[in-house]
Amino acid sequence: MLDNLTQRLTGVIKTLRGQARLSEDNIQDALREVRLALLEADVALPVVKEFAAQVKQAALGQEVIGNLNPGQALIGVVHRELTRLMGEHNDALNLATVPPAVILMAGLQGAGKTTTSGKLAKLLHEQNKKKVLLVSCDVYRPAAIEQLRTLAEQLKIDFFASDISQKPLDIALAAHDFARKHHHDILIVDTAGRLAVDEAMMAEIKSLHAALKPIETLFVVDAMTGQDAANTAKAFGDALPLTGTILTKLDGDARGGAALSVRYITGKPIKFVGVSEKMNGLEAFHPERMASRVLGMGDVLSLIEDAQRSIDTAEAEKFAKKVQSGKGFDLNDFKMQIVQMRKMGGVSAMMDKLPAQLSQAAAGAKIDERAINRTEGIINSMTPLERAKPEILKATRKRRIAAGAGVQVMHVNQLLNQFEQTQKMMKMLSGSGGMAKMMRGMKGIMPGGKR
Amino acid sequence: MLGFLKKSPAGNTIEPETSRDLGWLGRLKNSLSRTGSQLGSLFSLGGKIDEDLYEELETILITSDVGMDASRFLLSDVRRQVKEAHLTEAAQLKDALAHSLLKLLKPLAVPLAINNQQPFVIMMVGVNGAGKTTSIGKLAKYFQGQGKSVLLAAGDTFRAAAREQLMEWGARNNVTVIAQQSGDAAAVIFDAIQAAQARKIDVVLADTAGRLTTQAHLMEEIKKVKRVIDKALPGAPHEILLVLDANTGQNALSQTKAFDDALKVTGLVLTKLDGTAKGGVIAAIAKSHPLPVRFIGVGEGLDDLRPFVAEDFVAALLGLDA
Repeated sequence: MLDNLTQRLTGVIKTLRGQARLSEDNIQDALREVRLALLEADVALPVVKEFAAQVKQAALGQEVIGNLNPGQALIGVVHRELTRLMGEHNDALNLATVPPAVILMAGLQGAGKTTTSGKLAKLLHEQNKKKVLLVSCDVYRPAAIEQLRTLAEQLKIDFFASDISQKPLDIALAAHDFARKHHHDILIVDTAGRLAVDEAMMAEIKSLHAALKPIETLFVVDAMTGQDAANTAKAFGDALPLTGTILTKLDGDARGGAALSVRYITGKPIKFVGVSEKMNGLEAFHPERMASRVLGMGDVLSLIEDAQRSIDTAEAEKFAKKVQSGKGFDLNDFKMQIVQMRKMGGVSAMMDKLPAQLSQAAAGAKIDERAINRTEGIINSMTPLERAKPEILKATRKRRIAAGAGVQVMHVNQLLNQFEQTQKMMKMLSGSGGMAKMMRGMKGIMPGGKR
Repeated sequence: MLGFLKKSPAGNTIEPETSRDLGWLGRLKNSLSRTGSQLGSLFSLGGKIDEDLYEELETILITSDVGMDASRFLLSDVRRQVKEAHLTEAAQLKDALAHSLLKLLKPLAVPLAINNQQPFVIMMVGVNGAGKTTSIGKLAKYFQGQGKSVLLAAGDTFRAAAREQLMEWGARNNVTVIAQQSGDAAAVIFDAIQAAQARKIDVVLADTAGRLTTQAHLMEEIKKVKRVIDKALPGAPHEILLVLDANTGQNALSQTKAFDDALKVTGLVLTKLDGTAKGGVIAAIAKSHPLPVRFIGVGEGLDDLRPFVAEDFVAALLGLDA
């Protein structure tokens, strides 16, 4: 795993301690760490350099307020600048034109244009109640048209049939004509993936743009793209008057520095991000969350959303009541937590989303997914009564459970210890204190934690 | 400092008309020429070796996606050479860097050897949009050129029309494609291996759906596909190729690690080297998680996927005369 900014800065911060202001001298080293962190997140080097200069400007003379240390103050500045750079708020599509409003999709091979076209059609159809027509002008990649046709069929979106024997421009114009006659609000034009250095292909998409006069020309870019994102964005931006960007495959573990490069180079907002393979996996872009992600500061908001998506609300409410009262938390709940953790992609996926300091604290617990499986196995070997009233577990019951789960009695005892600690934690949470106390007790709450 | 943005993205270093006739190495060189020309101008300055030069070198490595770790490693190796051989001229630095890079990349240049397993089963894996299906099309042509019979298994049962895409490649190469209307990747590939055994086919190329390594359930699924292949033919798959997009940044490393942990990847395919991306991430992989690079793709043509030769790659990357 890449070091993240917070971790990187901790060393530098020590030297900064006790200084009341950020100055040219004291932030030099820290800024170098910022640069390195951005480079490791795949932000293009020229962008990194410009950005570092900007941060320096904004940081100089900043007072170190309250109980922040200078390093934290600097991270604050970096985060603010990054958010500002990525556009403060999210920009919606502009569809105010004589229908059909044309949306032209452009990008490299394999960026995800066709899938995104389908997702966008679904989103506009369902959220904006628009009548959408999809058309593919990709006559090059085998079965590209077929792919969009299949997607359109799945999504029940109108599809304008085209054929590889036709010219892309003819297809686009015919689709536009069809959309006008059949009163479609929106026409989404998928195009072939092309390299920015391929002059013939770039000329083709320019001619498509000239003929269709799209109100939105969206550059589709893979979140995993490296340094070359700057060159590609520049070339596409020069060839086409882009109106925005869609960042795809953000559900991977890439830091997505490409987002920053593309935003910086094209100057156009990132409008959507692709967050899942499923057809509803297209979301509005949140600059602030992206800034956190690029900096490796953890994406707590997404974590919360993940939790909301995968946790059964009724169960969760029941659970919340138990936590509030601090009573009645039994092994059934303990097991449910494990199951839900797994639904959210396992502990390690969750850890990735925690801010660095917290995940470091939690990493001390040495979470072992196999130990978690074992824990679940042990609970499964208990009777419902035992799960509800763990206090009745004495030596003979423990022996039976251990045999049933294929473990030693020692493991059963370990589990019960962890459970008791968790129970204590729950009581603490129900009292005052909240997060700080909980994190201190983190090592205990993680089933499978080796203490 | 924004110099490279100003001069390069228009692609003025590449002449598409002439690139057709340059042959394989020429095209590789062309596709990597941007880095090469940067280095060329750096080294031809004719100055002395100083800290600025090293910093410039680091900049160039980083903008090629080599990554911090491998860049530092390469630079310290260059410094060592400079010290040992008492180099003083900037121009000598290029050879030193070529030497360091070659030392790093050479161990990766292990060509894929098809042994006399019949059929020899190759499983293709990778993230979405890396170019798995296209690479299969090209590999089918490559193996046919070696006189092998080939069969394709349409194991991407998830993405819309992935099956049709592979069938089109099959039709172009005149190769049988085993596909099912819907269903399970493992089942399709199982069928394909049985069909290959019955027809005495030499090579089976098994496509799989693209998956991001963070999708735990999909990573479990691909492990299952591998187990089922082993059931269909004990010892198979004989080769597991991870397809990486040359445009990918440092995430290529975490892709390599994750797929290797899950499946024991036996080789890499680096695609889309024909743009302005330089595939420097291979150096990062060589440094922290070395796996043999079997093939690199430098164009959209059927013949544009070729074995990886470290000397050629380094020469092309640095603009040396091979």
